[in-house]
Formats: sequence, C-alpha cells, structure tokens
Amino acid sequence: MFEYSRLVILSVVLCAISGLPSLFLARRSCWSQTIATGLLIVGCICGLIGIGQVYFVVADLEIARWPTPVPNADFVLAADSLSAFFLIPILLVTMLGSIYGLEYWKQSDHPSDSQKLQVFYGLLTSALTVLVLAHNSVTFLVGWEGMAISAFFLVGTQDEKDDVREAAWLYLAASHAATLALFMMFALMYGATGSYELVPLSNEVLGAGNATIVFLLALAGFGLKAGLMPLHFWLPSAHAMAPSHVSAVMSGVLIKAGIYGLVRMTWVLAEPPLWWGELLLVLGGVSAVLGVAFALGQHDIKRLLAYHSIENIGIIVIGLGLAMIGRAMNEPVWILFGLSGCLLHVWNHALFKSLLFLSAGSVIHARHTREIDHLGGLAKSMPWTAGFFLLGAAAICGLPPLNGFISEFLIYLGLFQTLGLGGGREFPVAAFAVPVLAMMGALAVACFVKVFGVVFLGVSREKLEYPIHESGWAMRAPMLVLSVCCIAIGLGPTMVATMLDQSISVWSHHDAQPATFLEDIAPLGQLRTAAIVLLLSLALGAFWLHRRIQNRSLGWTETWGCGYTAPTARMQYTASSIAQFLVELMAWPLQLKVERPQLTSFFPSTAKFKSHVPEVVLERAVLPIVHSLGRCLFWFRIVQQGSIQLYILYIFAMLVFLLLFWR
Amino acid sequence: MSTMVVIFLTFLHVLVVVALPLLLQGVINRTKAFFGGRQGPPLLQPYYDVWRLLQKGTVQSTTTTWIFRFGPVVSLVTAFIAAMLIPLGQNWAPCSFYGDVLLFAYVLALGRFFLVLSALDTGSAFEGMGVSRDVTFACLAEPTLFFCILVLAKIFDSLQMADLFNAAFTSGIGTAVTPVLLIFVSWYLLMLAENCRIPFDDPNTHLELTMIHEVIVLDHSGPMLALIQIASAIKLFVFAALGVRLVLPSNFGNPVAEWMVFLVGVIAMAITLGIVESVMARLRMNRVPQMLTAAGVTAAFSFILLVTTR
Repeated sequence: MFEYSRLVILSVVLCAISGLPSLFLARRSCWSQTIATGLLIVGCICGLIGIGQVYFVVADLEIARWPTPVPNADFVLAADSLSAFFLIPILLVTMLGSIYGLEYWKQSDHPSDSQKLQVFYGLLTSALTVLVLAHNSVTFLVGWEGMAISAFFLVGTQDEKDDVREAAWLYLAASHAATLALFMMFALMYGATGSYELVPLSNEVLGAGNATIVFLLALAGFGLKAGLMPLHFWLPSAHAMAPSHVSAVMSGVLIKAGIYGLVRMTWVLAEPPLWWGELLLVLGGVSAVLGVAFALGQHDIKRLLAYHSIENIGIIVIGLGLAMIGRAMNEPVWILFGLSGCLLHVWNHALFKSLLFLSAGSVIHARHTREIDHLGGLAKSMPWTAGFFLLGAAAICGLPPLNGFISEFLIYLGLFQTLGLGGGREFPVAAFAVPVLAMMGALAVACFVKVFGVVFLGVSREKLEYPIHESGWAMRAPMLVLSVCCIAIGLGPTMVATMLDQSISVWSHHDAQPATFLEDIAPLGQLRTAAIVLLLSLALGAFWLHRRIQNRSLGWTETWGCGYTAPTARMQYTASSIAQFLVELMAWPLQLKVERPQLTSFFPSTAKFKSHVPEVVLERAVLPIVHSLGRCLFWFRIVQQGSIQLYILYIFAMLVFLLLFWR
Repeated sequence: MSTMVVIFLTFLHVLVVVALPLLLQGVINRTKAFFGGRQGPPLLQPYYDVWRLLQKGTVQSTTTTWIFRFGPVVSLVTAFIAAMLIPLGQNWAPCSFYGDVLLFAYVLALGRFFLVLSALDTGSAFEGMGVSRDVTFACLAEPTLFFCILVLAKIFDSLQMADLFNAAFTSGIGTAVTPVLLIFVSWYLLMLAENCRIPFDDPNTHLELTMIHEVIVLDHSGPMLALIQIASAIKLFVFAALGVRLVLPSNFGNPVAEWMVFLVGVIAMAITLGIVESVMARLRMNRVPQMLTAAGVTAAFSFILLVTTR
C-alpha cells in the first residue's frame, strides 16, 4: 500500500529546494521563477494530500524518524490533528503567494533580488512545515530557526533601502530573543524529564514551579513571534517592508507559528492553574483593542494591515485563554467553544489577512505607493481588486455572512458560557471580554471603512501621470481562491466542525466528555441558513433596485458640494480625518503627535497639518532599554581588542587556569 | 406550535414590521408639533413621503460606483433581518436560535458598514464628516449593547432574543430589578444614539457640518433614499420594541392582550421620543462621547451589580 506520509516528506524536500535551480540560471531568465513556483506548487499539493490522511485515515501519523548526532534526539516528524490543522493554511497560503509573486515580483523586473526571494521563500515554507510537524524539541528548534532566518532574508528582499534593512534587523533581533526564550524553556523541560519528546506532562513530572516558568517562557517566546501586545514592536515594520506576497505569508501563517507554539505548549503543560488562562485572556483583550486602535492611526496601508494582525492574534489568544480557563475549571464546553473559536480564527485570519495583503499589493503594484492619503477612486479602474479587498475587509470585521463572523461567534458563545448559562459553573470575570470584543469589532469596522473608502472610493487625490491597470490573472487567481474560501467557511461552517472536533480532542488529551461535539452545541446549521437568506435577499434587493433605477435615471452629475463651484480632489476626507475623532479619543495610549499650523496674521500663509501615531512600545520602551543596555555593555569591549595574539593568550590563560584549579 | 400557527405568527410579525415603523415616525413628528404649538403633518405622512420617493427618478454622482447603490439595499435587508430576530407581541420570533443575539448585533453592523461606505463613495467631504462621526459613536455604543446583553443573558439564562427581551417584571426576576432598570436607561440612550436622534443627532437639521445620519445620505435620492428611510424607521422600531419588551409586562397568557399592550407600549415609546426631542437641545459634538460612555458605564455597573449580589 502506498504510504501517504511519504508525500509530506516529498513536500518538505520539494519546497526546500524549490528556489535552488534558479541560482544556476540567468538573472533575467523567466524560467527560474517558473521552475521555483512550479516546484513549490507541486510540493504544497503533495503536502496537502499527505496531511489530509490525518483527518481521514489515521489520527497519529509518524512521518519520518532519522537519527541525528544529538544524543536522545532523532529528527522526528509526526502529525496529529492539531499540527495538521495548522499545516493546511501554511501550505495553501504559501502556494497562492508564490503564484501571486509570478506577476507581482516578476523576475525580469527584479533581477537583483528575485532569486534570493525564491530560495528563501521555499526554505520558509519547508521550515514552517517542519516546525508544525516536529515531534521533539530539537526538530522544533530546527524548524523555528530555519523559519526565523529565511523570513529575515525575505523581509530584507530590497536590502538596498535603509528602512528595509532596519526592519529586517529589528525582526531578526526580536526573533532571536524569542529563540533564546525557547532554548531556555526546552532546556528546563529536558532537565526535568530527561527527554526531548514533546508529550503531555503532568505537574508531578515537571514540578509546579518549573511548569510556571516553562509557561512564562513559552508566552514570551511564542508571544514575540505571534506579535502579542506588548511584544509586537517588530511586527508592523517587518510586514510593511516585505514584498506584499511575503507580507501575506508572514501575517497569514508565519505569526501563527507563535500561536501553534502556544497551543502545543498548553497541550504539553497538561495541568494549568487558573491564572494562566486569565493572563492569556487579559493579554488577548489588550492586543485586540490596542492593535486596532493603533491601526486606526496609520497612514501606510501595509502597516495598518500589520496592526490588524496584532488585533486578530488578540482574538485568537482570547479563545485560547478561555479554553485554558475551561481546562483549569474542568468545563469541557468552555474548552470546546474557546478552542474551536481560536483554531477557526487561525484559519480565517490566514485566509482574509493574506487576501487583504495581496489586494493591497495589487494597489501598490498599480500605484507605487503605500500612502493611503495619496490614493483614491481605485474601485473604478481596479474593480476586481476592490471587490477582493472589500470582501476581506468585511470578513476581518467579523461581519456575516463571512468566515470571520463564525469564529468570533464561537468565541462569544464561549465567553457567555462563563456566566453560568444552562447550570454550568460561573466565572463572570471572563465575561468582561465580551464588551471588549464588541468594541474591537466596531473599531475594526471604523478602520476598514476608512481604508476602503479612502483607497478605493471617491476620486484619486493625486494627479495620475499614467493609466491605472488592473492586475493580471496570476495575481487575481490567488485572491479569488482566498475569497471563495472565506465565503465557503461563512456559508458552510458545518464543513470544518468535524476537523475542529478532532483537533480539540487532541488538545484536551482525548478526555473531553463524550457527546460534546461542536455541531451539537453550536447553532452552525442555523447560522448557515441565516447566511444564505441574507445573501439571497441582498441579491434580490440589489436586482430590484437596479431595475427600479434603470428606467428612472435623471442623469449623472458631480457630487453635491453645497453650492461650492470649484471642488478639488484634495478636499475629500482623508484617512487621517476619518480616523481623527477616534484617534483623539484614544490619544493617550496612542501617544498621538499632532503638528497644527498657528494662525499668526489676518492673511495666513500656506500651512501644514501633520499627525502621526508612533510605535509606542518600540520607541518608548524597547529602544531606550536597548540603548542603555548597549552603553553598559560598552565596557566589555576592553577585552575585545581584535588582535589574534590576544585571543590566543586568553585561550592559553584559560587552559592554565583549568589545569591548575579544575578538579 | 402547529405549522398553521407558525405561518400565521410569521405573517403577523412581517406585517407589523412592514406597517408600524413609519407610523412611529408620524407619531414622533406629531408629538414634536404638539410641543411646538403647531398642527403638524398627518400621522401617515411618512408613508406618503416614502411612496413619493419610490416613484421619483434619481440623479447620481459621476464619482460613484456600485457600492453607492448597494449601500441602501444592505441597509434595508439587514434592518429587516434584525427585525425578524426579535420578539414583538409574544415571546416568539420568526428566526430564533441559541446565540441569535450576536447575529442581531453583527447584522446591524453589516448595514452600517455598507451605508457609510456608500456615503464615502461620493467623495464628498461632508459625507466623510458624517461617516467619521457615525463610526466613532458606533465604537462607543457597541460595548453598551453587549453589556446589556450580558445582564439579560445572566438573568434569563439564555442567548435567544425571544428569552432575553422577555418582559422582565413579570418573570419573577427578584433581585434583578435594579440591574434591569439600569440597563433600560442605557438602552434608551443607545436607542437615541444608534438611530441618530436628539440629543446625539438631529434628524431635521439641514446644516451639513452638524449632521450625522442625514449627511451620510445626502447624495442618495429617489428609490435609494426611500430604502434608507424605511431601513432607519425599522431600526428605530426594533430598538423601541426591545426597549418596551424590557420593562412592560406582557406575559398574560392571552395573545391578543399581549399584542395590545405591546402596541400601546411602542406608541408610548415613540411619544417619549417626541417629548425628548422637543424639550432637549442637541449636544455639542464633543459631548456625545461622554454621554455614550455614561450609557456604557451604567450598563457595566448594572452587570457588576448583578454578578456580585447573587
């Protein structure tokens, strides 16, 4: 019988080598990119077929076991429903991203950096696959480090630019701080258990104190990678500076590696105390609201989307926190709602966020700017892109009938359960997350109204020297696939319920009470009916209005300007002005900086108004601390003179010291 | 319930949702006229207005796209679906399931999303202003709504609108009387804010700089404006109906009496709206967030009161 697990190994290998052939081809040759993309597509499809087995044939699949020089640590890849659940969006989004890259980052337009991009894009895909399939901590760290390094080179694709290099270095520093935390965490676990295996550990094995330290280290390391506030400081610049399809992969699936780590570690740490869940809930709430608040203040379309990733990570962590509280208080229903919302939102965010980044990329491709306030009126010249962006925006705001609504719905239901509904236990503190989520939803609506309205509606705020082109099919097709996925999950949440049930059963160590399946306690069928009714009535209404207006049109004219006869495009409301009211209400956490013109005479001259929301954590906390640390460590340079004789002397002195005093 | 009864009740529900909302507008207008010492328009004037608009032609801005025309449709459809989720005369709604209250909140958000986008589609700075205000106030109103839902979910142990808005004072809620009264206050403010009434917004003003809802629909005309007007009337009716069900006893076991009490209650609610609009001035724009925060804090306090006293 053919072993499907071989397909996964094939996928890892194909993805890893997909960029290599291009190194041997000419820089401007279109073949190198075609070959790389082709190999990656084949690899991803192999991986998707192979991993599908976990859901349909065997629940626990050992894929590979190769010996390594490290004692007690083979290179082991194995899949359960939890890793399979994370692997599916990874393979899907990277595959679509590479197809998009065929047109967006064409080899002939970018001869100097395209080959580098292809090599590391493939490596990133492969490393992410290894990471989620890792069965012991050594394999995990191999994947983790591969991911961190290749993503560093991807962020720095255009490393001739200063701000790109800066973003890439910041990313690398943050990534390695995370890796440091993970090394400490795994070392601690190895010290307590004597094994590198990632298996559920009870508190007797690990010790309660150790378990707490391991959890906090996991939170620091994985939180940094996921961009959980206040550890998000590297994320906005890295996502903004990378090419758009790389941003889509980073935001859609790479930061999910952090979430996967958290979910996996909370699976390993089998007996969590209550306060772990509470901590996650608080951090998630802070991330959710402040993430979108910072997004409101942005002018750069990709930075704005990056802040929305922080918001969505917040939602995901709220779900996970609820599941942890459920486990600590032994309430399977809370686990079911919390974790299903968390996991489904991982999928949903991967879908709509990459859709948004790709359509933002189309805008950048056509207009060569990321400044929202310079754009406008693109819905006319780029109808497809506008439609895709609108769909992604509605989905990320959690509006029915799309996928974002389903996952937020599940998390809401879970949070409401903490009121003690249906005779369950009470933990009303958790219910305070409900209005937090609600506020976040309304803020997200405000933010996406701002982006979509300013970028795609109205008229262009700048004079255009060239006609605007809609993206070609290589860019549109991936967006179309993502859009279809968003609609499909929105209309048919029952399809994913079985997969969610299996993953949750793994997370709760197969001991959840029988008969608690998602389909039984969540009204997924009714939601589907409501979504279909909503869509049908919208279509019917639109058709009716179209017919009605068609015969009655009295003509077209320019927008009513209250009698003003010389309106210009610059008079339109800008992104900053739409958000100003809200941003000023939250001026303190955002540290809003405004430069207003001063009126000095009766006939004021030309004046400028500027408003700017800085990355507060980075500029107020991280950089000052790092700088003062750097000054303290400056004194260590005395021993670093840079002459080789001196270093040999150090080694000699050390040897003598060890010979004399080491017993 | 037998199928015939369900069909009859659905029919009744739809009939009320179609017929009553515009009447409420008429009642409000008559009340305001009474306070102003005028005779006022006929009660059925809003119906004539909508009918006239539906017959009219439209002039559209050359800046606009399909989103401009789609906004009014979404606005009406979402308001109608929201109205199908709520109980009216009896503890029953045509579409009801566990968690429908979340669909209610989000479907209204969907309507708002598309309506404000259709305003931005014109590229007018005035409409931009209205959009900015509308989405800002929504951010402050949403937590209030969910605090109210939390309180009701806790009291009635359910997440179905038909159970939550269930004539609190006849259900033997005991110690929960104070929380319910508090959230009624919040709900009333929420109704004023969400439907852009005085003191948050003035539906009659024609100075673009100060408007919220009216400026958003400034460029819509003819059938599109009619759809928006019906939609906002339905939305006001939905909030008024839920407010009535929050406090007015209606569990008599006699459906006819229940419906009567409900209808009288909704009309009375419209009259109080008219009175509020007659005796109050509009708030200054920067006071509005404070008022909304006050509503939110009241609801939050009510929730804390509820979970700590039990």
